[in-house]
Amino acid sequence: MLIAVLCFTLLGVLFGLGLGWAARRFRVDSDPVVDRIDALLPQTQCGQCNYPGCRPYAEAIAAGEAQINQCPPGGEAGIRALADLLGVEPLPLNPDNGEEQPRTVAVIDESICIGCTLCIQACPVDAIVGASKQMHTVIEEECTGCDLCLPPCPVDCIAMVVAGPPIEAPAWPRPAGLTGMTGPAPPFAQDPGTR
Amino acid sequence: MQTDRVEQAMRAGQRLHRIPGGLRLQHNKSVSCELPVAKAALPPRLYVPLPGPIGVGVGLLVKPGQRVRKGDPIARSDPGAGGWVHAPTSGTVDSVVSHPVSHPSGREGPCVVIEPDGLDGWTDLHPLDDWRLADPGELRRVISEAGIVGLGGAVFPTGVKVAEASERGIHTLILNGAECEPYISCDQMLMREQPASIVLGARILQRAVGARRTIIAIEDQMDAVRHALEGALREAAAADIEIVTVAAVYPQGGEKQLVQALTGLEVPGGGRPTDLGLLCQNVATATAVARAVAEGKPLVERIVTVTGNGVRRPRNLLAPVGAPIASLIDQCGGYEPNAARLVLGGPMMGYPLATDSSPVIKAANCILVLTADDIRPPQPEMPCIRCGECARVCPALLLPQQIAWTVRNGLWDEAIDFGLSDCIECGCCDFVCPSHIPLVDWFRHGKLELRLRAAERRRADIARERFEAREARLARIKRERGERMAEKKRVLADEGARQEKIAAAVERARSRNRGKDAT
Repeated sequence: MLIAVLCFTLLGVLFGLGLGWAARRFRVDSDPVVDRIDALLPQTQCGQCNYPGCRPYAEAIAAGEAQINQCPPGGEAGIRALADLLGVEPLPLNPDNGEEQPRTVAVIDESICIGCTLCIQACPVDAIVGASKQMHTVIEEECTGCDLCLPPCPVDCIAMVVAGPPIEAPAWPRPAGLTGMTGPAPPFAQDPGTR
Repeated sequence: MQTDRVEQAMRAGQRLHRIPGGLRLQHNKSVSCELPVAKAALPPRLYVPLPGPIGVGVGLLVKPGQRVRKGDPIARSDPGAGGWVHAPTSGTVDSVVSHPVSHPSGREGPCVVIEPDGLDGWTDLHPLDDWRLADPGELRRVISEAGIVGLGGAVFPTGVKVAEASERGIHTLILNGAECEPYISCDQMLMREQPASIVLGARILQRAVGARRTIIAIEDQMDAVRHALEGALREAAAADIEIVTVAAVYPQGGEKQLVQALTGLEVPGGGRPTDLGLLCQNVATATAVARAVAEGKPLVERIVTVTGNGVRRPRNLLAPVGAPIASLIDQCGGYEPNAARLVLGGPMMGYPLATDSSPVIKAANCILVLTADDIRPPQPEMPCIRCGECARVCPALLLPQQIAWTVRNGLWDEAIDFGLSDCIECGCCDFVCPSHIPLVDWFRHGKLELRLRAAERRRADIARERFEAREARLARIKRERGERMAEKKRVLADEGARQEKIAAAVERARSRNRGKDAT
């Protein structure tokens, strides 16, 4: 009896030590769920979800404080991905947060820009370059289309334009459904009979 | 395990192996092989496509009105995007216009318009003195700067491929002359007419990547080719180059399929033949390498098969890049009255062109004009009946019906799991499908979607990084400002204490003085 009690106490102590050591040794600093949610968000950093960036929104979702349907840039596909990850039902996008729109980029009308640097301070991803009283310009590749530079501009010289699709994009459209004909076959532009 | 595979790869060509799937197709090649390769007549204007919009990774090196000679560089871009673009003939640069660029979408792209002067005069050529003594790195540089790309159809930049291969270590060079797609005969004619240049290209490539031997793979129906190549090998006394004949099964001329036929090894998914110590190059690419190194000539022209029942006199033409396809057709006697569809590439992997004003591009191995009788009438697509024919003919051992289903339903992770990216788009599954499901169209659409999603993910990652960097910077500025304020306060407080000390000392001195005065 005594031996059994001692054995189990000893085992308990050993396992406890082992687990304690493992918890320190393999410690994960950030919450993996937050990272995984953050990885699904579009990183527009636009704040339309009412949080100051994608990561804060991810943290709020992980903490159960926010719904998964507050991200307009992510759109329906983003909501579905979040629902899949978290094992919940997808919700329709909350219209209070905005509407799903094609990706845009900011373009500064350089003839109007007065060089006030306000938009530079507003840009969450440092995609605007310029200096005081110098013309500013947007690095198109880095712009996420968050619209945050629009309100501070005193001369309204920033426009959001729909980003062009990548060059190869229209090459292979989604084939027509079951009722469609097979394959894309653009007709002959010139009537060969007339040549 | 890996060494076993490499050892097995070293015995490439000693024994032939079967590839899974594939189809035996009617060749339809002899019709375009009756006439020798002719030089295409220079059209009044050449439209040389640029790899992308000017400014975005592409630098234009000429101005409208400037005179150029054949082989002068006219634009440059990243080596991965195609590298240098050279003038295909001598003449005057007219302008840069937006013109159809022989792309599957039929879209327009920037093209440099050159008006030939008819002389076709080469620029000053600087061939290497003796490639046998040249440093392999120097050979690779010449290959890269000559604008050479894989001429089998995939147009992967040869400079990049060779550089990567020499880093990985290559024991065997495979020259792919197994032109398995019906109708196309440009490689066959090249091997028949210029076998010496292929042998020379093989030896240069062998030196550039450090390969010990070369296999030239041809199909078993190419007797004339075999004869020509054997003659060239005897003349060059090249004992380390051998000719291997493979069965004429479509798509045995695909890079991975050819490696499998020669070694019995499957190139791993997402891998390349370089993983096995093999470098695969098209025979026309080898000729281009020989030209570039031995004669100093960049790649500005290629042999194009103009064929099909819709052309009056099918033949092979040596055409400059940028020549409108219509000019080649004219030289082959023009269209038959019942011509119905213009295809760039072969009947299996080619794509229809919207207009014959599209220029010849480096990828253009074949211009196929089909008549109404050649085209299967469009059939209504029926539901998949799970007959499994597509899986039986798939040379990559995939399950086409399953992948098409995942793509159709947007299940991208599953599509990747089922090997969508390993599909070589050979079209065998499409060909045999009794339900007329456009499987390859789905795969191309799916692959594009995967690429776009990956690009989106990359953008998001960059945005996240920049956002975090900005947050960190703002936090640091705030912290530093706080520290500076604290420092100032401390200094001010110190200042107060110092003043007090001074005042106290002054006071002490005064009181001492007062004491002195008193005494």
